[in-house]
Amino acid sequence: MLVKQIWTLLWKDIRIEWKSPQTFNALLLYILNVVMICYLGFGLRVGQIGGLTWVVLFWIMILFAATNAITKSFLQESDKRNLYYYTLANPLAVLIAKLIYNAFILIVVGGVGLVFYVLMLGNPILDMLLFSNVFVLGCISIANTLTMISAIASKTQQSLGMTVVLGFPIIIPTFLMLLKASKNALDGLAWTTTQDELMTLLAINMIVIIVSLVLFPYLWRL
Amino acid sequence: MKMNQNWWKILTVLLLLYTCIAGFLFTTPRLPILNESIRNLYFHVPMWFGMILILTASVVYSVLYLRNQKPIEDIRASQAAQVGVFWGILGLLTGMIWAHYTWGKAWSNDVKQTSSAIALLIYLAYFILRDTIKDEQKKAGISAVYNIYAYAAMIPLLFILPRLTDSLHPGNGGNPGFNAYDLDSNMRLVFYPAILAWTLLGWWIFTIKVRYIKVKNYLISKN
Repeated sequence: MLVKQIWTLLWKDIRIEWKSPQTFNALLLYILNVVMICYLGFGLRVGQIGGLTWVVLFWIMILFAATNAITKSFLQESDKRNLYYYTLANPLAVLIAKLIYNAFILIVVGGVGLVFYVLMLGNPILDMLLFSNVFVLGCISIANTLTMISAIASKTQQSLGMTVVLGFPIIIPTFLMLLKASKNALDGLAWTTTQDELMTLLAINMIVIIVSLVLFPYLWRL
Repeated sequence: MKMNQNWWKILTVLLLLYTCIAGFLFTTPRLPILNESIRNLYFHVPMWFGMILILTASVVYSVLYLRNQKPIEDIRASQAAQVGVFWGILGLLTGMIWAHYTWGKAWSNDVKQTSSAIALLIYLAYFILRDTIKDEQKKAGISAVYNIYAYAAMIPLLFILPRLTDSLHPGNGGNPGFNAYDLDSNMRLVFYPAILAWTLLGWWIFTIKVRYIKVKNYLISKN
């Protein structure tokens, strides 16, 4: 029952995006612009920018793209239509569908961004397989944390500003873990050294998802 | 004054007096680098304990609010958060003064310093969130949800991250510290009462703040 509802809602979101891909295109263009600005701003030839700067810049870019993408998740449709969904389906199904959809869109947009980023700024990463795993896990973590925040922020007047103010302090532990894991991939260290970071990320995700599921039933009515 | 209700206030005053007198006069172990600044253990560390305990109380009140929707619980949650943040700022300041003399710099990007600064950012965001919503019931519900969510997200920040990286703090990364072998029984005699004293003082401030809001609301409703 719940699974069927989640699937229907998820499919609805994907179809809306497919028919009029404004959000997706805007996000893609946003990422391309950021890559261009980084490229021109550092005034560099390919491969000039140092390893750690490369990693930090990349994750900041993803973080801001995520804020842009995820803030919209509860604002895309009117308050009244959202209420209609909550009465039609289990509110938790709505939340879970949004969680999955946000993670999915972030991985797609971020993946395209990563390709452009590598093309423009070079690729200092030694262990690309580990980095892509960290990248996917990072996108999922960021989406998980920010979805609930965007649900909270959508209840206030200035949603975009509030998502940043409420979300960024909360996302910092995730962000630091991602940087450390990416740093390990950058230096091509053995996978076992990154285990700690990945386990911490998984633990943070568990906490965030469970707390979101517990709290959302109290939030959607307000 | 009703003694059966207010005995703990007298206890707070006595414990604080004890903390200050014993904290400055009792003997402490002579450790390199720390020297006499080891006495900050009685002031700086209990303030963090007080902050954590009072912020935990704030979360408990938020949970209670979500369960029974009584406005008083929201007032309690927000006031406890304010006292907790105040304690956090005091803890940060006492730590920075101490760090200025032991580490040479007030802010040296230590993992515990940054995570406490981030924890304060989270609660400042909580206050901003409360200010942006006009409708009282909506404000109470949304801020309760954020309070609980933020507290859950703070757990990895305050308890997991500092353990994964080395800190400059005493007892971490091979620095001489108070824990395990060094915190001798003399220091415990002051340290544990100090935790109780600072936490109780915070709780006292909290009850006064809640009463102030209650009286204010009563007067507004009368006029």
